[in-house]
Amino acid sequence: MKCDVCENEATVFLTQIINGQMTTVNLCETCSKAKGVTEETGFGLAEAFLSPSHRTESDTMEIVCDACGFTASQLKKIGRMGCPECYTAFRDGLDGLLRNMHKGTRHVGKRPSHLSAVAPQILPRQRATTLKDAPTPAPAPAPPLPPPPDIAKLRAELDLAVKEERYEDAAKLKSEIENLQPKASK
Amino acid sequence: MMRFATLIKNPADWMKGAGPHSDVVMTSRVRLARNLRGYPFPGFSQERQRIELLERARPVVEELPEMRDGYSEDYTELSKIRKQVLVERHLVSREHAARSSGCAVVVDRKQSISIMINEEDHFRIQGIRPGLNLTSAYEVVDRVDTELESLLPYAFDPKLGYLTACPTNLGTGMRASVMLHLPALVLTEQINPVIKAIGKIGLAVRGLYGEGTEALGNLFQISNQHTLGEAEPEIIAQIEKVIEGVVRSEVTARAKLKEDHQTMLQDQIGRAFAILRYAHILTSKEALNLLSMLRLGADLDLVRNCDRSLIDMLLLEIQPAHLQLNAARELSPEERDSMRADLTRTRLQSIDGPGSFPPSQSNNGGTTSPNHDE
Repeated sequence: MKCDVCENEATVFLTQIINGQMTTVNLCETCSKAKGVTEETGFGLAEAFLSPSHRTESDTMEIVCDACGFTASQLKKIGRMGCPECYTAFRDGLDGLLRNMHKGTRHVGKRPSHLSAVAPQILPRQRATTLKDAPTPAPAPAPPLPPPPDIAKLRAELDLAVKEERYEDAAKLKSEIENLQPKASK
Repeated sequence: MMRFATLIKNPADWMKGAGPHSDVVMTSRVRLARNLRGYPFPGFSQERQRIELLERARPVVEELPEMRDGYSEDYTELSKIRKQVLVERHLVSREHAARSSGCAVVVDRKQSISIMINEEDHFRIQGIRPGLNLTSAYEVVDRVDTELESLLPYAFDPKLGYLTACPTNLGTGMRASVMLHLPALVLTEQINPVIKAIGKIGLAVRGLYGEGTEALGNLFQISNQHTLGEAEPEIIAQIEKVIEGVVRSEVTARAKLKEDHQTMLQDQIGRAFAILRYAHILTSKEALNLLSMLRLGADLDLVRNCDRSLIDMLLLEIQPAHLQLNAARELSPEERDSMRADLTRTRLQSIDGPGSFPPSQSNNGGTTSPNHDE
């Protein structure tokens, strides 16, 4: 396979989720180094995906959290996530990052005792069945299922998208909200 | 609900310095970071989202059995000085105090539990106990957390645990930290190897006010850095084991000082008392360092009728925001230094000056007043 930047044989394969779409980037060793993809510093995740030169190549390369609009470059800048769902959006490379920070990559401590019976006080329309259905300790890191869409949340995202002039996202969110509307009013 | 003045007037049990190993361990604190599903983390949310979360969550928090009739305040209602007082009492973090709209703190009547809303995470639940007692501090926050989780939908992932704004808190979301008073390890210059050894086993050592602060008053905070991959009781057991080792080293160093450097020790403690008792200008740094020596003197029974709790309360009261609250106005640094000295002189009025170690105890070294028999 050829490198996406030059003509050399690609040896580094990057898979990213952009707006829920999987995108693969193939790079040769020289290009991946030039873009800082293989740097193995503390912030493995951020360093690997988000070197500025990589980003300027094309804005669509940026990983964005569908739930809150937080971007991978923001993650790199502040070292924090935008919302709980960011852990799904930025899950690629997360294990490596966590390995540097913690004793392990899998939680072994306390768990909410009634994961499946959460009283939906904050988000009335959100059903609390997600975690019950998620495959519990799966050997291959199975991403948690995203929570069912919630109109209020989507509206918040829509506001944010408009505010940040991400009109493509905004259009997508708007149609998502419209699709949900009849279902929710049932 | 409790008023701010009432909260501040009544010192918490953990301030009175009576717990396991309280000659060396000031406090044990455990905090849990928790977040709600469906809301961005406070650092990335809009003001109205934070306010919305606060308005929904705060009544729930206030109604928790442990928190009922406690102190609860929206940060927009709280002056800078009052917020800083809460920081000095370790009831809120510096980072949280710097925030305003959409933030609140709820403290229980006994001031042993505080819940910060919209800190770096939606909730920071903290428990404080006197002395070395992380297990008891954890039990308290664990109970509060279990109650809260039955009322609000937490962001939890089966593999990653409690989802937090910063990946460094992922998993248990738990930070267990112990505040230590280590004057003898500092005086005998053994503190650096101890700190290095603690760092090597994955624990963090910090100064009085957390990250990046100076170890004033020979006070050190030791806490876990890893939150993922280990269960809460394991993390706590590991820290307690390490702390017990540090406590032993400090106790040994104190005994050694008493044995080999008696005159130097008596001199340092005597000078500390003399300055604290008679100075008219005291900077924060000087006062903390001298009070550290006085506390050591009390622990070694060199300062006889000085209750440890008096020193520990003074350590709180001489801090900038406490002084300004007391004066009911903002004070310039110079005014603070003078008021700090006034307060210290007054508080130490009833204390006999430090004597000498036995066998020369019959001769009290000519200090201000005779020692009381105990």
